[in-house]
Amino acid sequence: MSVLRAAQGDRAGAAPANLHRRAGVGAGTRLRAYAARVVPPLVLLGVILAGWEAAVRVFDIPFYILPAPSRIAGVLAGDRALLLGEAAVTLGEVLLGFAIAFVVGVVLALAIFSSRTVERAVYPLVIASQTVPVFAIAPLLVVWFGYGTLSKIVMAALIVFFPIVVNTVDGLRAADPDMVNLLRILGAGPAEIVRRVRVPAALPFVFSGTRIAIATSVIGAVIGEWVGSTRGLGYLMIHANAQLHVDLVFAVIVYLSVMATALFWTVSLVEWAALPWRRAETAAQAEGEV
Amino acid sequence: MAAALEITGLRKRFRRDGEWLDVLAGVSFDVGPREFVTLVGPSGCGKSTICNVVAGLVRPDAGTVTVSTGRVAYMQQKDLLLPWRTVLDNAILGLEIQGTPRAAAHEEARAMLRRFGLEGFERTYPATLSGGMRQRVALVRTLLCRRELLVLDEPFGALDAMTRAAMQGYLLRLREEFGRTVLFITHDVEEAVLLSDRIYVMAARPGRIRAERRLDLPRPRRATDPGVVTEKAAILDLLHAEMSEAFA
Repeated sequence: MSVLRAAQGDRAGAAPANLHRRAGVGAGTRLRAYAARVVPPLVLLGVILAGWEAAVRVFDIPFYILPAPSRIAGVLAGDRALLLGEAAVTLGEVLLGFAIAFVVGVVLALAIFSSRTVERAVYPLVIASQTVPVFAIAPLLVVWFGYGTLSKIVMAALIVFFPIVVNTVDGLRAADPDMVNLLRILGAGPAEIVRRVRVPAALPFVFSGTRIAIATSVIGAVIGEWVGSTRGLGYLMIHANAQLHVDLVFAVIVYLSVMATALFWTVSLVEWAALPWRRAETAAQAEGEV
Repeated sequence: MAAALEITGLRKRFRRDGEWLDVLAGVSFDVGPREFVTLVGPSGCGKSTICNVVAGLVRPDAGTVTVSTGRVAYMQQKDLLLPWRTVLDNAILGLEIQGTPRAAAHEEARAMLRRFGLEGFERTYPATLSGGMRQRVALVRTLLCRRELLVLDEPFGALDAMTRAAMQGYLLRLREEFGRTVLFITHDVEEAVLLSDRIYVMAARPGRIRAERRLDLPRPRRATDPGVVTEKAAILDLLHAEMSEAFA
């Protein structure tokens, strides 16, 4: 609360000395608020891991049923080169798939937005395509695109595609009609209105779609690797599981979740950097609630 | 001298819930060059529809609108600042669309923002500004369109009384310093009397011009000036008569 007060004081041009003192309190409060958010999940994770470790030791569970966290940590360290190599393959598939789906998705969204005919023709099919489970078409993709990376890239792209299209279309429609009218009065043509109002208004929607899409695209690539491949974390996982290297399976799971989380935060970071005005809005809203 | 804006026999009907609603039933008035003309009237008298017609957003069913100076600049109760543009970039929106190079537009906007007490806020985003400041940015944007006739549709309707009074001072500059012609819309009679050269009092449902008042009161005007008080009372009487007719 004192952070917000300080911000308010700044705006009203309060006495500098007073402002300084308040800002000092604000920094401490912010650190405490950050700790309050980060510490509980870390403590919970620690308790779970400790309980897991203790259970494995007390009940003497064999590693091919349930490996202890310490053993998984050992694999993570020992097989680092193997894991990183396969992770790089999977990450490449995810990023390429995402890039393709993003470009195609945004272009299609613009077409759906600008043309009634395209919307009527394409939109129902786009939505219907989501009812087909990705697992069901994965073997087909391998048949069509082979055992190489291409089938996995297509898989990841298919998963990313839908949230990108839907969110972008929603975003393009979200612009305030009065703002659109304002641009019209100022003499802007349709293309200029899209560029100056529609697209900027759509960006927050595009980013939330992307955040969801990129985390799930990892699932797409891994399923593709399960069904048929010779590289990647999904392949490593199936292989390790068949040989009862359950500790390695767990190590792969750790890699996959770290990868998905990192991608999620990367998108958030890009959004943070690209849309400074959204930060201004969030700050103003928080202040309004005080 | 030719009028800056001339409106004759304006008619408009809207369909609402399957019924035709007469919004404007033959409205005629004019605004002279450099004149400050206000339309006052009860809500539902079609004031905003007139503005939308003048701005070219709504096509009238009948009647003519002649703007001798070409296109108009339009400002509404909503400031309509683009949230992703800084104060400075919002101010130059009109110039940018007209094709003015950004650097030149920025220079012009900086000077204008300074005159409207917005110096030091050029790089901030609208979300962090107060309502009065946002409306001032919108006013600067409207001025920088470089259009002779400004149509202002209740621009201060959403502001508190104190901010509103300050904004009226800024508004008077539009004509005194920048020589613009203003068509102003308000339901605040005192505001109208303080600012205007002429006032048209409107009747509601369907919207018509009920009376025209020419104000030859000296400026600057204060709410307590005897002339202002008398004029305000006269217009309120007209409006009350109108309201009691409407509800009789």
